[in-house]
Amino acid sequence: MKRFRLDWLVLPALGFGAVIAFWYFSSATWAKELPNPTKTWLASRDYVLKPFEKRGEMDQGILRFTWYSLVLVTKGYLLALVLGTPLGFFLGLSKTFTKTFDPIIQILRPVSPLAWLPLGIILFMGAGKSASELGALFTIAVCAMWPTVLNTAVGVRAVPQDYLNVARVLKLSRAKTLWKVLIPATLPYMFTGFRLSLGIAWLVIVAAEMLTGRPGIGGFLWQEYNALVYEHIILCILTIGIVGFVLDRLMSLIELRFKTA
Amino acid sequence: MPFLQLSDVSKGYGEGPGRTSVLRDISLTIEKGEFVAIVGYSGVGKTTLINLIAGLARPDSGTVTLNDLEITEPGPDRGIVFQNYSLLPWLNVAENIRLAVDQVFPNWAEAKKSRHVDHYIAMVNLTPARDKKPAELSGGMRQRVSVARALAMDPQILLLDEPLSALDALTRATLQDEIGRIWQENRKTVVLITNDPDEGIYLADRIIPLSAGPNATLGPSLTVDIPRPRDRRALNHDPRFKDLRRQIFAYMLESRAAQRVAVSRKLVLPDLEPEDLDRPRPNAGRVGPIRRGEWKRETVEVQ
Ligand SMILES: Nc1ncnc2c1ncn2[C@@H]1O[C@H](COP(=O)(O)OP(=O)(O)OP(=O)(O)O)[C@@H](O)[C@H]1O
Ligand SMILES: [Mg+2]
Repeated sequence: MKRFRLDWLVLPALGFGAVIAFWYFSSATWAKELPNPTKTWLASRDYVLKPFEKRGEMDQGILRFTWYSLVLVTKGYLLALVLGTPLGFFLGLSKTFTKTFDPIIQILRPVSPLAWLPLGIILFMGAGKSASELGALFTIAVCAMWPTVLNTAVGVRAVPQDYLNVARVLKLSRAKTLWKVLIPATLPYMFTGFRLSLGIAWLVIVAAEMLTGRPGIGGFLWQEYNALVYEHIILCILTIGIVGFVLDRLMSLIELRFKTA
Repeated sequence: MPFLQLSDVSKGYGEGPGRTSVLRDISLTIEKGEFVAIVGYSGVGKTTLINLIAGLARPDSGTVTLNDLEITEPGPDRGIVFQNYSLLPWLNVAENIRLAVDQVFPNWAEAKKSRHVDHYIAMVNLTPARDKKPAELSGGMRQRVSVARALAMDPQILLLDEPLSALDALTRATLQDEIGRIWQENRKTVVLITNDPDEGIYLADRIIPLSAGPNATLGPSLTVDIPRPRDRRALNHDPRFKDLRRQIFAYMLESRAAQRVAVSRKLVLPDLEPEDLDRPRPNAGRVGPIRRGEWKRETVEVQ
């Protein structure tokens, strides 16, 4: 198709329009419980226009909820990176380590966050009030770490022999080889892993909050479902999507900077 | 006393029947300050030879010694210019060289180190490109960075693995002159690997051809007794140059002709079961084939 001026604006607008039209149609015909876009907007207006307001523990502006979620995600995500990156390096560097741990990793990797969360809460039962937070952190870290682990391992294995030969000829110490050669050579792969991990961390947070009932975007969604305020479910879904999209964009900007290296 | 010595070195890759022998009976003695060129066909094992001297690979048999000490691992006393330059792409020109300088002269003061780095960057005429990343440099420039890095380590011996083979003829000539000039200034021991006999004769004190592979060995060592500085244009008409050239080509072509490549392979002869279409064959209790299949070995000599 020929490109025309403003196609970057018009075509996405058409896409949104089509989905909104389908939404109107659905709520009018086969999904009577689904609030239509107008109703959704009216019911959500307060939350969107006063995004930081706090009216009660579970009745706050949408960005305030988002902020709570982001804080928790950041903690869990950092934990995932701190655990995942070294693990990836060990896997990439040592065949024995790979043979020992790869099977168990392949088994743990596909386990859903919904399955990890109860275990997380049980693990930190002794922590009393913060058990749910620690359980959620555990779940995020365990689920989000795998892309970092695997990409780092692949990156380390892909370090060209030439670079390692340079390190050998210069007699770089182990630590120096790691910092001056292995890590810089692996960075592009690591950042791809970091970006994928962040996406997963954001997926997990919603599930974690729903199950623990913590204030946050996922907790709010679950509460409003129980309170039968279906408009707010849609509001939450849109917010989660937009935030996830923005996070991914930010990470790919960072990733791009390291790609050229 | 010989400076660098290889005695009866052989090297192959792989295990068992799939093993290929690359180099055999390599004996070579190089004196301090000598410039030796080794020429050979592509894929014959030139990089393998350099790796043996550098200590990046160990010989299967025989020994490699430098100053009577056996070479067992790589080290900065043997500066190597890799065939593909092997610059670290995330470091700029100065940083690539600096990494080597930091490693070899850890006790130098900061100012002395950076003066040292700048000196070698200037030596290869790259001062304007000092802060550029390897990706922003041309092939010839990268090659010069690689030479500067090797020289900045102040090695006892400089190993050049086809440093110019990726370049066009004109750049190649310029860089040959540059290598010649740098050698005149430093008088380091140099081993130059090349696939171009002219380049070897132009630069070296001695030139040694490698026989054709597989399983190559060194041919006769030919002394280049053409006085320096050598003039590239006059060289083409120099009878000594022509004679050396002829000898090298003759040796290399002969060694190729002498190589009878024996291809040996397994042949599978199938079971032989002629079928009488009129007679129904019993399905159960199958009759054996008329002739059993068998494995045969066949060896073909390619001239
Ligand atoms: N690590 C290795 N494992 C197995 N075989 C190898 C290895 N390195 C080299 N070889 C084989 O050894 C032979 C010689 O390789 P080498 O790189 O030394 O050739 P070369 O003379 O440097 O070639 P070129 O002129 O193309 O650089 C080749 O047949 C190659 O396939
Ligand atoms: Mg080679």
